Amino acid sequence: MRARPLAATATATLVLALAACAQGTQDDQDGATASAVDFGADPGDSMSVMGFGTGDEIAQVRYDRAVETLGDVDVKLAEGELDIQAFLSAVASGNPPDLVYANRDQIGTFASRGAILPLDDCVEAQSIDTDAFRDEALQQVTFDGRVYGVPEFNQVQITMANSDLLSEAGLDVSDVNGSDRAAIETATSELMRADGNKLSVIGYDSKLPEFLPLWAKAGGADLISEDGRTAQLDDPAVLEALEFAVGVYDKQGGFAAVKTFRDSADFFGAGNQFATNVLGAMPMEQWYINVLNEESPDAPVAFDAFRGSDGEALAYATGSAWGIPEGAENPQAACAFVKAMTETDAWMAAAEERAAARERDGLVFTGVLTGNEDADERIRSELVPADAPQPWADAITAMYEANDAAFATPANPADTEFETAWTDAVNRVLNGQQEPAEALAQAQEEAQSALDEAWERWDEEEG
Amino acid sequence: MTTAAPARGQAAPSSGRGRRPRLTPSARRERNAGLRFISPWIIGFLIFTAWPILYSAYLSLTDYDVLSDPSFVGLENYQRMVEDPKVRLALWNTLVYTVLQVPTYVIVALALAMLLNQAGRSAGFFRTAFFIPKMTPPVAVGVLLLLLFNGQYGLINRMLAVVGIDGPAWTTDPMWIKPGIALISLWSVGASVIILFAALRDVPTELYDAARVDGAGWWRRTRTVTLPMISGGIFFVTVVNTIAAFQMFDEAYSAYFGAGNSTYSNDAALFYVIYLFREGFQELHMGYASALAWLLFVVIMLVTAVQLVVSRRLVYYESEQR
Repeated sequence: MRARPLAATATATLVLALAACAQGTQDDQDGATASAVDFGADPGDSMSVMGFGTGDEIAQVRYDRAVETLGDVDVKLAEGELDIQAFLSAVASGNPPDLVYANRDQIGTFASRGAILPLDDCVEAQSIDTDAFRDEALQQVTFDGRVYGVPEFNQVQITMANSDLLSEAGLDVSDVNGSDRAAIETATSELMRADGNKLSVIGYDSKLPEFLPLWAKAGGADLISEDGRTAQLDDPAVLEALEFAVGVYDKQGGFAAVKTFRDSADFFGAGNQFATNVLGAMPMEQWYINVLNEESPDAPVAFDAFRGSDGEALAYATGSAWGIPEGAENPQAACAFVKAMTETDAWMAAAEERAAARERDGLVFTGVLTGNEDADERIRSELVPADAPQPWADAITAMYEANDAAFATPANPADTEFETAWTDAVNRVLNGQQEPAEALAQAQEEAQSALDEAWERWDEEEG
Repeated sequence: MTTAAPARGQAAPSSGRGRRPRLTPSARRERNAGLRFISPWIIGFLIFTAWPILYSAYLSLTDYDVLSDPSFVGLENYQRMVEDPKVRLALWNTLVYTVLQVPTYVIVALALAMLLNQAGRSAGFFRTAFFIPKMTPPVAVGVLLLLLFNGQYGLINRMLAVVGIDGPAWTTDPMWIKPGIALISLWSVGASVIILFAALRDVPTELYDAARVDGAGWWRRTRTVTLPMISGGIFFVTVVNTIAAFQMFDEAYSAYFGAGNSTYSNDAALFYVIYLFREGFQELHMGYASALAWLLFVVIMLVTAVQLVVSRRLVYYESEQR
């Protein structure tokens, strides 16, 4: 009969374990909730940060400075890119980090699901100067009228081209900067080379699917309404932009041919597409300037801003932001840490370190783009060399021009579903599975359905 | 006629039909000791496997986004599955891949095992050599797929070009994506080679000797001696790889949906588990993802059941004949 006590013990253990597991969400949390946080209180003993790493001097200098600001607070970093599932599970189980570092386009979803706190009180308590932040960056972290994140880095696109190939074809960078679509089509034909049925030079890479928002904006359309509630993927200007950008690939044997050839390139190395003269031009994010400057400083490159049909610079801003999770044990330390990481002096200190390192390596300091407009201006005027050699001087000019003309998509509670809808649509067209109009109509339906559902849930919760 | 007494420790004969035989004290002690020894595993299984399975069945009837409490929605998720065209696409992709991958994989594994069986003393070296690629992380195999099968500069198409074949765009043409993934799965064929090789080593040599005496050639010996005698091993490899094919994720995700292709993807590589992952872990539709998981479970159960039924006619187990 000794088996019965054994079975009873096992059953009891199981029941206890299941009861513990079943506690999916905690109601009685001791940590911060939206209505009960004193962001001005003294920071506690320790603080944990998820999703941030100190991989370069820009991060390390500001981190050291922020840790020093907190005094005796023991700051623990969980380095590496943010794992959304791990983060949300931590929040759900009542054991979140005190601070999270995320992409700005994730903030809307986190806010709508109650995973992060509104930071209006944090901004006020720590006297964070929100006027210093870029409007488009602040727009991306503002959900339903409240600020949920503090912007960090900024990313924009500029035009990058191979100056030798352009010269050989009798063209210059203004023919491929986006302002004249017919000129891009002509340049694509002039610049591309094929060896039999295989591409040997890509004339122009329109960088789909990721830059559809840029092409659409250049045609005068936004993918989503300003309030983040209405998808506009079936706007005729979006369709026109998609047809044009896909048409550029079609002129070169189709997207499959271009991607196949593009994938064989050493994108981050000395044998990159510009250094090996196998790419005419493309829009690309500004961080690639440093890759080219470090890996192939003598490559024949030319730079300009990406421009709309009116000739004005245009860029689609993306980037990162800080958020404080619901249930954080030490939100006051997190708030002080965020202020110390994002204030102008922190960026200046980090940029000085970067500029000195670049000088030691004989490289050009091309600047740093942040969500802080004041910091950007000071870094450019005080640290970026006014007499940088060409073509890097043009790169710097283009980058800052693009940064001043950037736009962003507004925060919304279904940003992942929305992005999936339009990227899947573009991919279906690129893969030859659907025509652009059909793909965008399907995407519009999917995106609007996701937005409606998410906003309805949010509106119900907010009463 | 005499009735043999039960051996020590065995159950005493029961007098009534349907009654469990009583265990002797020593048998009970042995059973309890056994239960105690395996209790850590049983508890671990109940908590970390059985409970999540049951809980996912409950979640499949709810709307759950990880953060909020699950709210009961009945069969709504299952109804949505029926109407969701991506479920049909993902199931179709997975089915086509399974049909392509499993026979190819088993045939190649069998061929290599038979070659290995002829290798004599060097078999140990080749056995290790075949198994080493299995150690490669699946994510790395996904990256390898993009490099080896690049339509322009990939090694596969270069080799095809040597014999005058203009290879396809394996990694971008929707028609060739699944064959490409099926072929790269052969990278880890070594594990099945080892299993089939072990089965081949167990085939009694006297059967081959008898067949030779009867005048059977290589093909006849393979068909009538080798294959029936290792059919148990082939069946095992087939079932295990069928289940793995239905659960294809790592290689396809890292090649077409992961960091290497953060925005570009290809519907032709949207396998069922990838769609489940996207719904559950990217879009936080955990209730729907749980329902998707249960559908996959049912599909795999049905396919495995069919395989088991078919195996009764085709698979020979030597131990059952004794």
